[in-house]
Amino acid sequence: MKKLLIKFSSEITLKGLNRKNFEDALVKNIRERIGKEYTVQKGSGRLFIGDCSHELIDKVTKVFGVLSVAPADVVEKDIDKIGAAAVEQLKEIEGIKTFKVESKRADKNFPLNSMELSRKIGGIILRNIPDIRVDVHNPDVVVNVEIRDMAYVYSKEYKGVAGMPYRTSGKGVLLLSGGIDSPVAGYMMAKRGLEIISVYYHSHPYTSERAKEKVIDLAGKLAEYTGSMKLYVIPFTKIQMEIIEKCREDELTIIMRRFMMKIAEQIAINEGALSIITGESLGQVASQTLESMYVTNSGISMPVFRPLAGMDKVDIMDISRQIGTYDISILPYEDCCTIFVPKHPKTKPRLNDIEASEQALDKEGLIKEAIEGAEVINVQIGREE
Amino acid sequence: MKLVYFDNSATTRPHREVVKEVSDCMENYFGNPSSAHRLGLGAEKKMKQAREKVARLIGALPQEIIFTSGGSEANNTAIKGVITPGCHIITSKIEHPSVLRVLQKLEKSGYEVTYLSVDSRGIIKLEELENSIKDNTKLVTIMYVNNEIGSIQPVDKIVEIVRKKNKRVKVHIDAVQAAGKIPIDIKKLDVDLMSLSAHKIHGPKGVGALYVRKGIKLEPLILGGGQEWEVRSGTENLPGISGFGVAAEIISSNLNEKIEHVKGIKKHFIERLKEIDNIVINSPYDDNHIGNILNVSFEGVRGEVLLHALEDYNIFVSTGSACSSKKVSEKNYVLPSIGLKECHVEGAIRFSFSYINTVDEVDYTIEALKKSLSFLRRLKK
Repeated sequence: MKKLLIKFSSEITLKGLNRKNFEDALVKNIRERIGKEYTVQKGSGRLFIGDCSHELIDKVTKVFGVLSVAPADVVEKDIDKIGAAAVEQLKEIEGIKTFKVESKRADKNFPLNSMELSRKIGGIILRNIPDIRVDVHNPDVVVNVEIRDMAYVYSKEYKGVAGMPYRTSGKGVLLLSGGIDSPVAGYMMAKRGLEIISVYYHSHPYTSERAKEKVIDLAGKLAEYTGSMKLYVIPFTKIQMEIIEKCREDELTIIMRRFMMKIAEQIAINEGALSIITGESLGQVASQTLESMYVTNSGISMPVFRPLAGMDKVDIMDISRQIGTYDISILPYEDCCTIFVPKHPKTKPRLNDIEASEQALDKEGLIKEAIEGAEVINVQIGREE
Repeated sequence: MKLVYFDNSATTRPHREVVKEVSDCMENYFGNPSSAHRLGLGAEKKMKQAREKVARLIGALPQEIIFTSGGSEANNTAIKGVITPGCHIITSKIEHPSVLRVLQKLEKSGYEVTYLSVDSRGIIKLEELENSIKDNTKLVTIMYVNNEIGSIQPVDKIVEIVRKKNKRVKVHIDAVQAAGKIPIDIKKLDVDLMSLSAHKIHGPKGVGALYVRKGIKLEPLILGGGQEWEVRSGTENLPGISGFGVAAEIISSNLNEKIEHVKGIKKHFIERLKEIDNIVINSPYDDNHIGNILNVSFEGVRGEVLLHALEDYNIFVSTGSACSSKKVSEKNYVLPSIGLKECHVEGAIRFSFSYINTVDEVDYTIEALKKSLSFLRRLKK
């Protein structure tokens, strides 16, 4: 019999009295992701699913809180049977020269301790596979044996995304554009257990329907990790036009950013969220200098998470490729609103100046109208529903 | 809201008769035309009828029509089918990518290609053509009507010059934007190869044809069961082909009336565009430009933005210019080649008509343009 053995993040294991809550959340998230046809069993410090398909492995490794998964042979607690399973597994792996056995004895009634068990299984392997030797420091393969209700043998582990179970750290509103950074920022905070609600600012007719579709696709990609994603599409053209008409050209971007933050905060309040997430990286563009961030931040009172603030672009791109958003992000539709980029944006705006400029605008009215005009899309994994 | 479809050079809405024919073929003529039994024969008859209808559209013989998967395949087949290693090919700078890309690739493998320039009307210079023809020239491939500015090439004169200079040169005409838009008598034109497409004349997508003058042997692109006289293997797309036949038949009937109607639309449109300031018409109403394409540059806006603004009025048009402002000249090579300034390339919109469009739709579009432009131009400081 084969079972998928799931290990979870050590952070969960260390959670003391709350540990059960985190474990339960993890189990619930896995169940949601893999569907009702599978059952998830709990066993001390491990979870098990009675199926090892590649599709299942792919899904489970993307659940936050999962450290790794391993397809395990489940056999009787008998040295010969455990040994036979280990030998079979090693025979299937090509080109290995060295191995070691690691045992874990959760069932303390088992007559051998873990050291003795490892030695015995190692002996069986050496006798049955020619030209293989033990290397305890740098083995090609680690054969794991866990003695529980049954014996679990596995020698191939798939890395999970780790982090904290989704929805165990409250809610946040993500400013999601079509670019490379913001999906990565959302991913990183979701990985810390934060439930993400996305907001996208749509400037029809300056940005096309395809740009919106692209953002929906990005939300769908993130949903592969979060299960689903609520996306607010905010009509933003009117606000931009008002700023262009009534404010200074070099202040356009910074005032626009302040509106985006304010609207995100209002959505957060409506959604019962307590934070905002942006993909800003310090110094990347004019609106991401410290002075600009200070000014964009000043209008709101919620914590703003900027998980990319200290990261270089190349590192952000690496994560973007790894989580599969990169190929969508680089589609060309986004730069359709170049018309709204001032030629020489202020890199060191001053809060007093900006606030004075904003006096010309009916801020509250514009924000209210934008939120009332929002289209709310519930994006499911990889698609819109 | 009424839907105004002015993007007929991109594709057309299939006629109801075409849709019916396609579906009827799928339901009732699913046999393989090559099968020996009655169902195969029925399908073969359908093929024959369609071939006759498409041939009639350009005055060809049925056996001179090779069905393909569309205009691009027809262009590819024509070019790759007649060339010999290292030969010289002549084309223009404003061809469709399914010609230009093929030739650019051939250049890399030792072929020689001459790209004729065009004048401000978008028409090649016959003198330049004449001077370009050499002993080893094997093919002249020129589009009849340009898809973006609607310029009509003088095909009869092109053929005359080619024949005079070098009798061994084959002439291929990409007539995807011309068939059903201007009367074509292929025997009078005396060309050797001509590409056609169904979906530009209210037929189905995924089907086109290549006219191959009787006696010309083409090297096939696709090898297999030897369908289409060994030139294009693969089980025939009977529903598509039969739908193409119906579309060709419909557009052929009273073609001159249809052409006059479309010209009337363009004339009226240009007349009413006088009410809008700061525009440049890139495809004037004259004999050198087709009646169904009207390309206009609107100063002070980006074509793409205007396109989306018109969408709000349920008006559908095209722009040649790309999304990213930096890459405009890379993506659009046609408009710069007739000498348009960058700002006019950026603000260009192509309205393309069909005979099923009306003058009322033009009036509606003019009003929408006025409203959109006053909104969009407000921004340019």
